Amino acid sequence: MNRILTKRQLTPETALFEVEAPRIARRWKPGNFIIIRPTPDSERIPLTIVGGNAERGTITMVVQAIGKTTRITVALNEGDSLADLVGPLGEAASIENVGRVLCIAGGVGVAELLPVARAFGEAGNFVTAMCGARSTAQMILDEELRQAASEVVWATDDGSHGFHGNVVQCMRDWITRNPKPDLCHVIGPIPMMRFSAELTREWGVRTYASLNPIMIDGTGMCGGCRVTVGGKVRFACVEGPEFDAHQVDFDELARRNRAYLAEERQVLESHTCRIGLGA
Amino acid sequence: MGETVPKRNPKAPRQELPVLDLVRRATTCDEVSLGFNIEQAKAEVVRCLNCKDAKCINACPLRIDIKSFIYRLLVGDYDGAYEKIAEQSPFPGVCGRVCQHELFCEDACLLGTKLDPVAIGSLERFCADHNRESARPEAEYPQPTGPKVALVGSGPASLIAAFDLVRKNYRVSVFEALHGLGGVLAYGIPPFRLPRDILNEEIARLQRMGVEFITNVIVGKTVTLDELFNEEAFDAVFVGTGAGLPWLMGIPGENLIGVYTANEFLTRINLMHAHEFPKTDTPVRVGARTVVVGGGNSAMDAARWGKRMGSQTTILFRRGRAELKARLEEIEHAEEEGVIFEYLAAPVALYGDQDGFLREMECIRMKLGEPDSSGRPSPIPIPGSEYRIPVDTVVMAIGQGPNPTLQRATPQLIAKKGKIVIDEQGQTSIPMVFAGGDVVRGGSTVILAMRDGRAAAEAIDRALKGAQGATCEPDLDQAPANA
Ligand SMILES: Cc1cc2nc3c(=O)[nH]c(=O)nc-3n(C[C@H](O)[C@H](O)[C@H](O)COP(=O)(O)OP(=O)(O)OC[C@H]3O[C@@H](n4cnc5c(N)ncnc54)[C@H](O)[C@@H]3O)c2cc1C
Ligand SMILES: Cc1cc2nc3c(=O)[nH]c(=O)nc-3n(C[C@H](O)[C@H](O)[C@H](O)COP(=O)(O)OP(=O)(O)OC[C@H]3O[C@@H](n4cnc5c(N)ncnc54)[C@H](O)[C@@H]3O)c2cc1C
Ligand code: SF4
Ligand code: SF4
Ligand code: FES
Repeated sequence: MNRILTKRQLTPETALFEVEAPRIARRWKPGNFIIIRPTPDSERIPLTIVGGNAERGTITMVVQAIGKTTRITVALNEGDSLADLVGPLGEAASIENVGRVLCIAGGVGVAELLPVARAFGEAGNFVTAMCGARSTAQMILDEELRQAASEVVWATDDGSHGFHGNVVQCMRDWITRNPKPDLCHVIGPIPMMRFSAELTREWGVRTYASLNPIMIDGTGMCGGCRVTVGGKVRFACVEGPEFDAHQVDFDELARRNRAYLAEERQVLESHTCRIGLGA
Repeated sequence: MGETVPKRNPKAPRQELPVLDLVRRATTCDEVSLGFNIEQAKAEVVRCLNCKDAKCINACPLRIDIKSFIYRLLVGDYDGAYEKIAEQSPFPGVCGRVCQHELFCEDACLLGTKLDPVAIGSLERFCADHNRESARPEAEYPQPTGPKVALVGSGPASLIAAFDLVRKNYRVSVFEALHGLGGVLAYGIPPFRLPRDILNEEIARLQRMGVEFITNVIVGKTVTLDELFNEEAFDAVFVGTGAGLPWLMGIPGENLIGVYTANEFLTRINLMHAHEFPKTDTPVRVGARTVVVGGGNSAMDAARWGKRMGSQTTILFRRGRAELKARLEEIEHAEEEGVIFEYLAAPVALYGDQDGFLREMECIRMKLGEPDSSGRPSPIPIPGSEYRIPVDTVVMAIGQGPNPTLQRATPQLIAKKGKIVIDEQGQTSIPMVFAGGDVVRGGSTVILAMRDGRAAAEAIDRALKGAQGATCEPDLDQAPANA
């Protein structure tokens, strides 16, 4: 159960895994996510379903090591099994044929964007995937994105590839040379989602953001994932994770995601000490 | 075998459950109620009148033969007492601890009309604990071969249904959304009330009987009801998905950091062991001052955890002590442990600092008015009585609604205000899909959920026997003596 069939290291801190999950492989839709525990003592962490293969009975996930649980996960190898894996969770992304779709992603969000970009393409849209990375070394899944989207635009913070700057600066630049998209989809770090949503509001373009609040059960049972959208409290794990980006209270989301910063540092430090990495 | 029957003494005082000392309670999550020792059990069973018309039995929703198991205890046949209970329930360790017996068996006990009722719940627990400690070898169970039944959710409703169905030779699979089994028994009720080895052992016994438990499957998401029938070849489904949807008050500041629903707070601790952080990975924020809002079992459990984690903890309840809805024993234990009870007040707003951390709470005083729809006097806010208190952690334990996942994914499944609608047979609007427990009742109790699970198992058995003729083995309990 939950066995890792293949692993591909994408960057030093990011890995792609193909995991046995036959029931999920049959039912997942772009936008859905899973919750895993790499070991029986781990936290439950949500991860986007990046791909799936119903025949092989597998799904694909891409994990970026940022804290203890993601580090433990990225260190797993082919043949290892995840202690727990549940899904598909959340509502599927709303995919429609509108014409031109701009899909915006940063960091590991680029992987999360892949199934959504592909679905928009398959629905008949002209899809621009606009992706941000710190540097060439952090660019992931470029080839897969090129197959999924009509065009791929990269922005790197250090200018080592594509546009020199962050994704939001890239959007400002891009819009000077391109017609306004009919729809935007954004996924990635909270500041990036917030600023790109502010920009698309100026453009007057409908925009969905896939939110990443802290979750526990992922079944609507705890309310820990609550976000405020259009003044209303919503449970992101069951009503989302995708919401109208122009209605999301990103300030609150950013604050709530920092709730356990001190505790996260504490477990990470004791973890890195134990595995002898030094902080 | 000649049995010596000790003399009855109904007038003897009811035995009190011994409890853990307060120092240990403040610092550990060891079980608080210690259970009767043998002397106490002996002193308690002589109180039973062995009534001809034993009202206690009918009052137990599981129809445990209370009179007979107490009699077995009386004559010193402890194994026999356990077996008597096990005829009806494999969960005496759980029910002996968390069943609201004061509302059921003990409420009906004849002795209770003049004196204190027999301590049936504690005696049930005694049988379970004695049986576990004596580690008797267990009989080999025949593995089931009959039609397939899926049970959705692993709470008390499904657990008893699993027991009843597997005994009738059905092949039973329990699907649970979480990684742990037991429903509220696992994620809601703290280990200091229900130690996990006891819960897990009583579940493991079902496993040995042939019940298959499949965790990490959300019916309606991972697999649909339709697929259970058409692709996985189940013949009937029982939905026992519980009332897991937490309510919030809708007051300003509820999304500040430090404000939890009881479900989140209890799940972080009971299921993810946040109280052992950083030994475990899931944290919980319990500051110097905790306020728990509500007056039911969840509120008591959250408050008692707050105390154990070193916080000054207050239960804020909008009515009076008489209107608390938790088990009496838990209220008393919370009081002993130093939880402060603030009655007739409710929060109206929460305030935080610029980083979004909860700092202060504004409350309003209440007075009691005419009874409301719940039959309890309604709380009426007193204008101008607002006051503010400093607070770091707030737990909203104001109730919960039915878990909506399956209903959302299955539009044919008719629900009213979220509660799945069933007929007298326990059947939902979809043929061969039955439901019971909290998802039908809204929040209720362990024992009523079990009653529903048992009724559904009977209905499933009837329906499948009708449909499949003789494919199922005869029911041992109902077979004539010469069969
Ligand atoms: C719907 C959804 C989809 C996601 N998809 C992916 C993905 O495909 N790939 C990927 O690498 N990451 C994804 N994430 C983020 C991932 O869940 C977090 O990085 C992970 O939980 C961090 O755990 P940690 O113990 O390693 O780090 P921690 O030290 O616990 O946390 C580091 C930071 O991660 C965030 N975080 C912590 N716990 C959670 C949690 N339980 N849920 C969400 N965020 C949390 C917080 O902002 C925190 O400051 C997704 C999150 C959500 C909500
Ligand atoms: C904190 C707390 C303390 C309590 N204390 C007591 C007490 O002391 N005594 C008492 O009598 N009662 C108590 N109660 C009430 C009692 O626990 C419940 O009435 C009882 O557990 C209901 O049982 P159930 O089987 O209907 O559902 P639950 O126990 O709620 O179990 C439902 C299970 O179904 C799972 N599930 C939900 N949806 C799906 C799905 N789609 N697919 C798969 N699985 C799913 C859930 O994860 C859960 O594990 C308490 C309740 C709470 C919250
Ligand atoms: S299950 Fe509950 S009602 Fe039945 S005998 Fe036990 S304590 Fe009494
Ligand atoms: S009603 Fe009370 S006294 Fe009578 S048999 Fe039952 S437990 Fe004993
Ligand atoms: S993660 Fe618990 S309700 Fe969403």
